[in-house]
Parts: sequence; C-alpha cells; structure tokens
Amino acid sequence: MNKHLKMYAPFLLLVGFAVVALVSVTRPSSPAPAPSPTRALIMALAPPSPTNVLLNAAGATFPYPIYSQWFDVYHQLHPDVEINYQSIGSGGGIQQLKAGTVDFGASDMPLNDKLLATFSFKIIQFPTVLGAVMPTYNIPGVTATLNFTPQSLAGIYLGQITKWNDPAIAKANPGVSLPGNNIVVVHRSDGSGTTFVWTDYLSKVSPQWKSRVGSNTSVNWPVGLGGKGNEGVTGIVKETPYSIGYVELVYALQTHLPYGTVQNSSGHFIKASLATVTAAAAGAAAKMQNDVRVSITNAPGANAYPICSFTYLLIPAHIADGTKRQIIKGFLHWMLTDGQKYTEPLAYASLPDAVAAIEMGHISEVN
Amino acid sequence: MAAGSRPPQAAANAKSFAARLRNGDEIAHLITLIFAALVCLIVGLLVFQLYRNSSVSRHQFGWTFFVSRAWDPVFGDFGALPFIYGTVVTSVLSLMIAVPLGVGGAIFLAEFAPPRLSDMLTFVVELLAAVPSVIFGLLGIFVVVPVMRTTVDPFLQKFLGYTPLFTGPIYGVGFLTAGVVLAIMIVPYILSVSREVLLAVPADQREAALGLGATRWEAIWQVVVPYAKTGILGSIFLALARALGETMAVTMVIGNDPKISASLLAPGYTIAAVIANEFTEATGKLYLQSLIELGLVLFIITVILNGLARLLILATTKGGTIQT
Repeated sequence: MNKHLKMYAPFLLLVGFAVVALVSVTRPSSPAPAPSPTRALIMALAPPSPTNVLLNAAGATFPYPIYSQWFDVYHQLHPDVEINYQSIGSGGGIQQLKAGTVDFGASDMPLNDKLLATFSFKIIQFPTVLGAVMPTYNIPGVTATLNFTPQSLAGIYLGQITKWNDPAIAKANPGVSLPGNNIVVVHRSDGSGTTFVWTDYLSKVSPQWKSRVGSNTSVNWPVGLGGKGNEGVTGIVKETPYSIGYVELVYALQTHLPYGTVQNSSGHFIKASLATVTAAAAGAAAKMQNDVRVSITNAPGANAYPICSFTYLLIPAHIADGTKRQIIKGFLHWMLTDGQKYTEPLAYASLPDAVAAIEMGHISEVN
Repeated sequence: MAAGSRPPQAAANAKSFAARLRNGDEIAHLITLIFAALVCLIVGLLVFQLYRNSSVSRHQFGWTFFVSRAWDPVFGDFGALPFIYGTVVTSVLSLMIAVPLGVGGAIFLAEFAPPRLSDMLTFVVELLAAVPSVIFGLLGIFVVVPVMRTTVDPFLQKFLGYTPLFTGPIYGVGFLTAGVVLAIMIVPYILSVSREVLLAVPADQREAALGLGATRWEAIWQVVVPYAKTGILGSIFLALARALGETMAVTMVIGNDPKISASLLAPGYTIAAVIANEFTEATGKLYLQSLIELGLVLFIITVILNGLARLLILATTKGGTIQT
C-alpha cells in the first residue's frame, strides 16, 4: 500500500493542482466595472502597437452584410483602425458586451429597461439601418401577389385560420381563387431579430397574440414548423406546398421569393421596399427625441410598410480607453453621415435624416 | 541517488524505483495513467459545469422540469418533456431502421461476399461515416423530405393510417424523416464495427457448426453472430450515442416544433436541436440556464442508456460462454 502511495503521490499532486487551478479559473468573477481578466490578459499578451488599434464587436446577424462593409470601408479610410465584427446573434452580442469581451455590441431588438438593469454599466443604443419582414408563401397555382390583413396574419399564426380559402384571406384578395388546402405555417426555430419584429407587429395588431404569445426574439409558437435562419424558413416554404413563412426584405429580394403585401394602419396594402420602409421610419423621429427605442411596426403614414424596425449598435456610455473612445465616436459620426450611402445597394433602408440628427446629439454622451 | 545514509530497506526501495524509472516502465505507467485520468477529469468538469450553470433553472423548476411541456421564452416557463420525447423517439426509430440494415449488411460482407468485394464495399460505407452531418441535413431537406412527403408518408397513412402512429397532416418533416436521416448516418458505424467483429470470430467455430450438419445460414445465425454479440451490441450503442447527440441534420428535418404527439408524421424537437437553435440568441439568465439544464438532461439520458447497455452485455455474456 505504501509503495503504491509513493508511486502515485506525484500524479495525485498533479491532478489535485489541476483541479484547484481549473476550479479557481472557472469560478464566476464578482461583478466588476473594470475590463474582465480575460480581456486584460489578451491585451497584455498582444504585441504593443501604438499605431494599430483593434476593436472587437459582436451581435446581430441581420445587419452583418452592411456592418462588414462599413468596417471595411472605415478601415480603408483610417488604416490604423480595425474593427472586427462577429455575427453571433443579438443574444450573443448582448452577453459578450455584458462580459466585457467586446468593445460594443449589436442587437436587432432594442434593450428594454429590465435587460439594461442587468448590465453593470450604462449603454447607449444607436439605430443604424432599417430592416423589414414580409410574408412569403408557396401556393401551387396561385401566382398573384396576395394581400394580407393584420387579422389574417395573426389568425394564421395563432392557428385559428387553417385554410387558404378562409373568408379573412379571400376578402382581401378578390379575383384570386384560393384553394381549400390547409395552411402550413413556418416560423423561425432560432432566436432572431426577424422574429422579434414579426411578433412585435402581431402583438400590436392582435390583443390575443399579445396575451397568449407576446414578442421576443424567440417565442412559444402556437403552430408551425421551425426553420433555422432565413434560409431555413425559405427552404421549408419552397419545398412545402400551401405554406407561409416570414423573411427579411434583404433576403426575399435577393432570392426572388414571392411575397405578399400587408395592410398598414392607413388601410392600404403595401409591398415592402426600401421606399416604403423609409416612409415607416419617417414619422418615428418625433417619438425618438426622448428614447431611440421606438417600435416602428404598424407606423402611421399612407405609404408606410407596417412590419419594419431599426437595428441597434450598443455602445457603452463610458469608455475608459481614450483612443478607442475617439475611434468609436468617429465611426458613429461617419456611420450616420457617409455610411448611410452604402445601405441602398445592399438592400437596407437608410435612416431618415431626422433620426440621424437625433443620434448625432447622442454621440456626445459617450465619454 | 545517495543510498548510503538511508536505512537498508528504503535504499532497496529507492533503488528499485530508480531502476524501474530508468527502464521506462514507471514513466510509461504514470503518463498513460495521467492521460486516462485527464479524460475522466474532462467528463467530470463537463458535468460539473452543466450542473453549476443550470442552478437558476433547477431551483426555479425543480423536478417539474422533466415533466413540463412548456417552452415559453417570453413568459419564462421552460420544460424538457417534448425534447426528451423527441430525442428518444428519433433515436429509437433510427436504431429500428439501422440495426437490421447494419447487422444484415455486416453479415453479408463478412460471410457471403467475396473478400475483394467486401473490402471495397466496406470502404464505401466507411466513407459515409466521414460525411459531415450538415451535409446529411441538406440531403435530408432536398431529397429525403420531398420523398417522404410525396411517396412514403401518404403510403404509410393509406395502409397504416388506422394506427395512431401515422395520422395527421403530412408535412414531410417530422419524427419519421428525422429517424430515417439519422438511420442513414448511423448505419456505417454499426456495419463496419459489426463486420470487424464477425470477421474476428475464429474459423473453428464456423467449421464446428458446419461439421455438425448446420446449413450456412444456420451456422452464421446460430453460432457466429451470437459469438460476436458483444461487439455487435457495442456498435449499436455507439450508433445510439451518435443518434442521441446529432444536431444539425436533425434540426433541418424534424420541423422544430416542441410538441409531443403520437403520430410519427408530426413535427417534433430534440434536445440537441433546440440548444443549437436557441443558445446564441438567448437572453436572460433563466432562458440560458434552462438550455444548459437541457444539456444536463441529455447527458443523463446518455448515461442511463449506456448503463443499460452495460447491464445488457453483462446479462447476456454471464458465465463466459455463448448464450443462445
């Protein structure tokens, strides 16, 4: 027994040390306003480079194409600045911002007060571009563009309207012969800003939806199949006859999906396009004076598309590093002025001038 | 090492330790022991982290988490039952399809096929095991789902629709499709391992059976396969482990609807699929920790099933002789 103990003693010591080290490293650190130990370690290990500054950001996948172009163009304009953006999802961006591993985050969903309270530091939210969500469908034999009323969309997604030739849908589409087949509902299986916009709209137009399901990046869908990502929803809709799903404007335009019109609060059936989305945001400026977290779904305006929203950059109000603070403020300024030129070619709607002006005023709050 | 000032016995021990060290035995023993223990340590740490990071949801829901059907991120109510059901159903279904195919194929390749054909076909089957699972998912969406929706599901519903297993609307995606895709993925594991094990059965076993008057098939089914039973069972449980944890292929073909239904044609959800879908965007501690608790549940299911496997192997090979 003694012999075995002597033989295993060094090994046991090694294992014991490994356990202690690993447990102490993985123990959750107490909430601290300073940069996390992980980041401090990374900064310490990185070679000192007075001319090149690297900023890290993470968050929403929806605006990733425009963000990646912006950061690339900004790097060409300021070669000593490099911004690295990882599109891991809005939730991931929020988590990483909270943990201090990124300099700023991005989220499709504006952070409400409850979520902001979980942060140990103040966040300022900057809307960057606009996105729209539209209903896409696959009905064999129907090539016309269908009109959808808010009640029909809510009814379909609540599972109450089950057939395509239901009066609620047929009434808005006179002259289109709709089949009597069951509607196959398709929604997102992953959490997403697209879902947030869609459910936010349904919550506004249907009190039953609001009380039963609510709005979030991920909800408890009453009916329907789940597809992963916009491409998952499209795949299922394309392959399944008599199905309906919802996708981002950018996505639908680029993949040439048939999509329907939605009736806005003025009663007109509007097809989503860059112009109608910008129209929806135009009236929002007045409400954004005090709080930029304005929901623009079901916005007033004769030509406004009812299902759209801003996507936000989440900037810490206090940035200790002076160089980084200047860079972020400079980027925000550029983004609100020259940056908006790059949105249209990528099928994102740019911010209305009034909204950009309001945000300019907020840049000074970053100190 | 100075042996002079030490008591004789310690000197003798020290010398033998040093001698063994020089021989390399001790070092080899220690190093391989460390490697093995590191693996155990990793597993232990994994479970520890899953347990610790699900503390909020465990305290909130307790044991009702295992029986609750809710999954509502908006109102903060989470339950594991639909996911447990989906995971178990798709895995069992895939085994039901894959085991006859895999074991039957292995028997053919080991016993009936000419050696060159056997080697070639085994190579092709093992290629199937090397295909990434997301490719199977794409294969599922673009090939399997349409076939299921247009041909197989209506056929099953027409002839077996009186059973509760094949009722309801036909989407193409669902438990059955997921089971089929999983079966395609796990057949190579069963087939290649079973073939190896069957080939390793000593020739005298076959010869003895044939010598006693058995036909070729009787010799294989009643003598060779039971001899190789442990290995075949092992391959089946390896395949089951893969099926339980399979994520991407399943999430693309199962419909992602957290509901329990008796019908195999209905959409469902598995633990691995929901974690993959919702983890990156989950905000809020309860939501995140519920997903982590689901991971812990999957781990527990795997442990239970592996434990059952061990018991089954113990029971059928007790006494050391072939059980018929």
